[in-house]
Amino acid sequence: MLLLALVLLAAGWELYKLVAPDDGVRLGESLILPRSDDASMPHLARIAEVFGEQEVAGVEGGGTVLASVLAAVWYSLRLAAAGFAVGVAVGFLLALAMQRLRVLERALLPYVVLSQTVPLIALAPLVYGWSGNLSLFGLDWQPWMSVSVIAAYLAFFPVAIGALRGLSSPPPVQTELLAACAASWSQTLVRLRLPASVGYVIPALKLAAASAIVGAIVAEISIGLSGGIGRLIISYAQQATGDPARIYAPILGAAAMGVVAVGLVALLGLALRRYQFQEAA
Amino acid sequence: MSAPRPPAVALEGVGKRFGTGATAVDALTRIDLTVAAGEFVALIGPSGCGKSTLLRIVGDLIAPTDGAVRVNGKSARQARLDQDYGIAFQSAGLLEWRTVQGNVELPLALHGLGRAKRRAQARELLELVGLGDFGAHRPSQLSGGMQQRVAIARALARRPALLLMDEPFGALDEMTRERMQSELIRICAETSAAVVFVTHSIPEAVFLSQRVVVMSPRPGRITQVVDVPLGARDEDTREADQFYATITDVREALRGRAREASP
Repeated sequence: MLLLALVLLAAGWELYKLVAPDDGVRLGESLILPRSDDASMPHLARIAEVFGEQEVAGVEGGGTVLASVLAAVWYSLRLAAAGFAVGVAVGFLLALAMQRLRVLERALLPYVVLSQTVPLIALAPLVYGWSGNLSLFGLDWQPWMSVSVIAAYLAFFPVAIGALRGLSSPPPVQTELLAACAASWSQTLVRLRLPASVGYVIPALKLAAASAIVGAIVAEISIGLSGGIGRLIISYAQQATGDPARIYAPILGAAAMGVVAVGLVALLGLALRRYQFQEAA
Repeated sequence: MSAPRPPAVALEGVGKRFGTGATAVDALTRIDLTVAAGEFVALIGPSGCGKSTLLRIVGDLIAPTDGAVRVNGKSARQARLDQDYGIAFQSAGLLEWRTVQGNVELPLALHGLGRAKRRAQARELLELVGLGDFGAHRPSQLSGGMQQRVAIARALARRPALLLMDEPFGALDEMTRERMQSELIRICAETSAAVVFVTHSIPEAVFLSQRVVVMSPRPGRITQVVDVPLGARDEDTREADQFYATITDVREALRGRAREASP
């Protein structure tokens, strides 16, 4: 299914290039369909070719574009993963606290939602600036940590919301039953709330994984950190006049990161499928 | 009954008020009721008469505003902590991620019983409710009636002296319902547990219990207690004249007219 969608997407791209005029379609002054010339939409074969080219033309022994993209993907993926881990932990702890104390839910939830309306590109330099001279336990703050913080900032949100819903999902019948069995809060958590939350948390983790990656890439660009896919996108975009197909290499790399991340979460979901059930009638 | 056992439930002047000030609602006022050890008592009344609230007060799931609650001679809270009662609700509320056996084992696991003992006891309980072959099934693979039987087995897991049941058969079809009632009579005879049984159904209340407590709403209170002069129950009981006469008594009581002595 996934493969079929990919093929259809590719066919659509090539078909559009074939059918649409090079200059796009205009209605009066405004362009209503995008241009389809080779500079705007290179052939897929051309994009594939790019991966095999030398990154710096004419330099023998230099790495290929593919090697650079892979290295950048690996770098950014690790930053995103660190951010994801922190975000998931924070999100889950917040959800636990809010579930335990209704007062906290009323106090915190609006801010949790509000936190996501702050524009990311404004936030990234701020985090970078604040943490510039930070030193934790003799460990100096590294610029990549700022990137991970931004990734965590995006990742915690779906987890907090999803986990809160999941932890609160058991119906009164079940919570009263556990109370009737004299179960403590932690027993209720382990035996009832956590298992019941899995069906809500797995989709939230998928969102969080995707968000962490977007956050990491945007933060790399915003902070100007090199080594990751964000920087590569900028640097290849600057070469677009010479080689318009090149920019698509890191973009596809970024998309591949998303696939890997969401795929890993899907595997986790598969391992926990016992807990993901259809609501009993 | 050799040694005198404390009553399973003793309520004195119990009241429950929800909310405060002008919007406060009296869910229950001045409830006095004693349920002897091993006795089967049904609570019946229209919606909003507080019968489910009363059941939850006995189970210490909500606290009363006034009055004293004793369960098994202890405070309601202590009785809950000692798992002196088992409880079953209208919906079975089984945990979908556990097997049928796992669901019955849950109260035992919470009590810290070892795995082997848990297994053996749960198997016995499933036999008792006629589901011996279904231990490894998932709850979703069972019919509504079977799920409810699992819930009853779970309520019985700690061998409680008291069973609290909140319309446990309310969602079942009439045929399944009658079969479950007969099962419950048998199970109670085998475990000699006292039962407080909340229901909407007059025949169900009469068939199952030794006394029917009739309640009325606004504010929730006990208006009458009808004794059920039926002996050991079997399927013929459902056709007996005395059965119908008692049903009439309860119906009259629900309408607020006390009949004189039954014929």
